[in-house]
Amino acid sequence: MQLDDLYRRVIMDHYKNPRNRGKFESDEAVTIDLNNPTCGDKISLQMQVEGGVVQNAKFVGEGCSISLSSASMMTDAVKGKTLEEALKMAEDFSSLMKGEHPEFEYEDIEALSGVNKFPARIKCATLAWNALRKGIEQTQKNG
Amino acid sequence: MKPNEIRELFPILKQEVNGHPLVYLDSAATSQKPITVIEALKHYYEWDNSNVHRGVHTLGSRATDAYEGARAKVARFINAASEQEIVFTRGTTTAINIVASSYAKTLREGDEIVITPMEHHSNLIPWQQAAKASGATLKYIPLQPDGSITLADVESVITDRTKIVSVVYVSNVLGVINPVKEIAAIAHKHGAKMMVDGAQSTPHMKVDVQDLDCDFYGLSGHKMCGPTGIGALYGKKALLENMEPVEFGGEMIDHVDLYESTWKELPWKFEGGTPIIAGAVGLGAAIDFLQEVGMDNIFKHDMQLTNYALERMSQIEDLTIYGPTQNRAGLVTFNLGDVHPHDVATVLDAEGVAVRAGHHCAQPLMRWLQVTATARASFYLYNTEDDIDRLVAALQKTKEYFGHAIG
Repeated sequence: MQLDDLYRRVIMDHYKNPRNRGKFESDEAVTIDLNNPTCGDKISLQMQVEGGVVQNAKFVGEGCSISLSSASMMTDAVKGKTLEEALKMAEDFSSLMKGEHPEFEYEDIEALSGVNKFPARIKCATLAWNALRKGIEQTQKNG
Repeated sequence: MKPNEIRELFPILKQEVNGHPLVYLDSAATSQKPITVIEALKHYYEWDNSNVHRGVHTLGSRATDAYEGARAKVARFINAASEQEIVFTRGTTTAINIVASSYAKTLREGDEIVITPMEHHSNLIPWQQAAKASGATLKYIPLQPDGSITLADVESVITDRTKIVSVVYVSNVLGVINPVKEIAAIAHKHGAKMMVDGAQSTPHMKVDVQDLDCDFYGLSGHKMCGPTGIGALYGKKALLENMEPVEFGGEMIDHVDLYESTWKELPWKFEGGTPIIAGAVGLGAAIDFLQEVGMDNIFKHDMQLTNYALERMSQIEDLTIYGPTQNRAGLVTFNLGDVHPHDVATVLDAEGVAVRAGHHCAQPLMRWLQVTATARASFYLYNTEDDIDRLVAALQKTKEYFGHAIG
């Protein structure tokens, strides 16, 4: 078990300098609040979707390095993507957590592949992506 | 027995984890099992397994004797007045739920239920539900800045409208030992009943339910060297007799008609279905083991280790310890600077040190502490000062690792 497989430099960079952290001032964003009931981690994800495309995404949350860096990467990666593309990315992320090797246009995400070797931490990494799935679902239902 | 001799009796502790000898510091979540308990389970399944209270055959008698023998051991272990006062349950959660759901039926608007904000979810949600179902008011004894409670506050919160008070004996987060005997006396003065959550106290100290004069007491076998899935509810006989069963069918029936049925006498009326026979046998073996070591010795050992851990850990820069420094048992809850407890637990695990990280099933208490999660190291009779030294060394490594990785 190599800790450096888990805590790669790029992950630590997202943890220390999270992208897209904050809240939108206007109401025109879908908000998804999600908890990880087993550990108390929290995320509140906001997405601005127009014409089926994610224009912008932000998050606030409390959690470990893995959950926060994953949220930072995810919110960066979905910007400019259609809902279908975003959903495909969430599915690819699930594959990554199963030890498969899908490619991501936003390459930083691949640094999280090491989480697969730490089964107890997979739920940390997937919290933000589960919020994304819920957000997509909610937008499609309302749309 | 010396800690090292005791340790020898726990096969699971002899392994390496991630290339290091295992240091198990998560006994407050569940304790490890001595070889005698593992062998008792094996012996039961290899020789005595049968259903209880019905077989005329030899195995049926043996299984019944083993099951009821375990009940007698539990009764003596906590000094209940009678074996009829010991109901086998899945654990403390089920014990509390039986009492809370029973009280939910008798409480009415204006009645009060009193608990504390340091309760485990298992001694909090059942009372929330009982309050909702009955219209009773749920009240909290406030916490002092160090997480303890004062009897003056207990006096002011409990009133003549209070019907039941339920308090944890030893907190699974703060380690604080609550004055449950004194609280029970105050409750009784107002005509209220007293339940004690004994999940964390029973493994570590001598418990005498008659001396505490509590009306109900719950315990979990798996935290006291026994198997998972077995625990007990103690209740004063007169009170249990007036309570309705929660589960119907199986072992608990007396006479069954098409439209009406009657229940067995205590304690079986609360034990629906085929009981947890092997679990009870394992719990009995665990009690034999604990008594051989001696509960006073275990208490002394765990307190010494806790004090040693507090002393060593308080020397680590940036490490915050939660809870009182006095009168605490068996565990240290902490955070290491800005490093999230999950990350701490992962680095410790890489060093072979197992601790718990999270909210410890006490979300209201986490909010009171103004944290979302903490790490927790908890100790038991098989732990040694070497284990604490390994923990402290691993915490220093965690600091270095994250200092380097983040800084």
